[in-house]
Amino acid sequence: MSKRRIWAILRKEVREYRRNRSVIYGMAILPLVFAIQPLVAVLRLSTEASGGLAHEHVLLYMLGIPTLVPVFVAAYSVAGERQQGTLEPALTTPVRGDEFLIGKALAALLPSLVIAYLVFAVFVGIVEVKAAPNVAASVMQPMDLLAQLLFTPLLACWTVWVAIAISTRSNDVRVAQQLGVLASLPPVFVTVMIALNVIQPTPELAIGCGALLIVLDVFGWRLVSGLFDRERLISGSH
Amino acid sequence: MLDQVSAHEAAPAGQPGPALAVRGLSKRFGDRVAFQDLTFEIGRGEVFGFLGPNGAGKTTTVRTLGTLLTPTSGSATVAGLPLAPENAVEIRRRIAIMPEAPGLYLKLTVVENLECFADLYEVPDPGDRIAAALTAANIADRRHDTCGTLSKGLRQRVALARALLSDPEVLFLDEPTAGLDPVAAREVHELIDGLRKQGVTIFLTTHRLEEAERLCDRVAILNTTLRTIGRPGELRDQLFAKSITVRTLNPLADPGQLFTGLKAVDSWRQAGTTGSYVLAVSDPSIAAPVATRALVAAGADVLSIAESHHSLEDVYLELIAEDPEASRTEA
Repeated sequence: MSKRRIWAILRKEVREYRRNRSVIYGMAILPLVFAIQPLVAVLRLSTEASGGLAHEHVLLYMLGIPTLVPVFVAAYSVAGERQQGTLEPALTTPVRGDEFLIGKALAALLPSLVIAYLVFAVFVGIVEVKAAPNVAASVMQPMDLLAQLLFTPLLACWTVWVAIAISTRSNDVRVAQQLGVLASLPPVFVTVMIALNVIQPTPELAIGCGALLIVLDVFGWRLVSGLFDRERLISGSH
Repeated sequence: MLDQVSAHEAAPAGQPGPALAVRGLSKRFGDRVAFQDLTFEIGRGEVFGFLGPNGAGKTTTVRTLGTLLTPTSGSATVAGLPLAPENAVEIRRRIAIMPEAPGLYLKLTVVENLECFADLYEVPDPGDRIAAALTAANIADRRHDTCGTLSKGLRQRVALARALLSDPEVLFLDEPTAGLDPVAAREVHELIDGLRKQGVTIFLTTHRLEEAERLCDRVAILNTTLRTIGRPGELRDQLFAKSITVRTLNPLADPGQLFTGLKAVDSWRQAGTTGSYVLAVSDPSIAAPVATRALVAAGADVLSIAESHHSLEDVYLELIAEDPEASRTEA
């Protein structure tokens, strides 16, 4: 596998995103949606109300960011190039399918991780500075902080592979993005249920979810690798 | 006519064997035949034209030889390597394909497009190669322009520069002048001419017959199967008898008596316009003076006597126009 060819794809993708306003807006708006509402809610709470937060896991809401942000870029990755006619020239080069896919996946994953961690850090910083001390202490539960750090890449990876898998089979970017969002909703739903304490978070559950996501991420990579068929992508035949 | 499959004696590029050798190659998509039983060779340094109507299988042939599609049957050697999945990466390293649509990243500059492909080909000294390719394609002055702002002709040039980055052994050009205005098309022709002088092997698919006639050493006419292959001049000679066209001021009273029996004249027929006659001849240099003398002796007012010329278009139309499959659309 050639690191230079992977880098070529990654660099090209990032250059394109930087000049594509719809991508920038899409990647910026979603994190704000996930950050602003809980932030406003936390900042409004008085010291006396902090007891109620002991049974909620506000930080886990923010796992929705790495789950949804990569969808738009990853779903575009193959279908978009196909739609614009740029896929065929790329596939006529010596680039291998795996190199192409890894480049595409990294281009969706890395910015998403940066955004997710950045928004999370800003959220934590504002809560520490602006929220009532008892409220801040209730929000900053160590296990939630750890979960945020560990689950962010696992969830983002899953979303990236699912969206790329859809993208390799779709002729329309919008359809691919909509299906990608739909496919990402189950992890978001589980996360929200845990944040609301409907599902009781325990270390065992965290380890189980982590292991499951690792398995799903490996499965996702294998699935995408298997779906990447030059002939089908070029000719549209099945 | 398919006996003329061997590559012409083009200048070798330092490696033995033909640049492309195709034997009985076929491609089907389910029940639909894209192309069937193709057999031909292309010598190194040769410019080979691949002509045919829409849907004839030209683009599918390029994609198959470029390892993007898997052939259904047959075999081929591309740039010295057997066409097989295990050789696909190495074949793609040795060739370059310029598809009909340039397929540039429109939000990136010309140089950024080329940087991406230089890395995909793992070109050593990418900066130098990019500069050389830009110069060869005559677009160095637009290197920092965003591709989306370029005209169609300039985009074709960028695509050509991209194809030259890896210094390919075989360059596939798929309809390189499709949709270009005459000026832009001429510029692309000049670029191809320049590559030909450098000894690059070029496989050119085109609808433009004058383009093929001007640029190609040999041409093949495809309509799912290969209809003919050879040098344009040879194809004309094979398909059309030599002839001279006679025009007189007034119709001849008895052209049959005048033309029949003349030396080197095999037959004659009335042409479309009044006072115009086409003589099938074995040797125009003998038949023309003999016919002239006969006409003058008969008191005819001769306007012109000229050897008839058939273009590649005549060859193409002769082979394709009456073909029932000619109206199919491109795969």
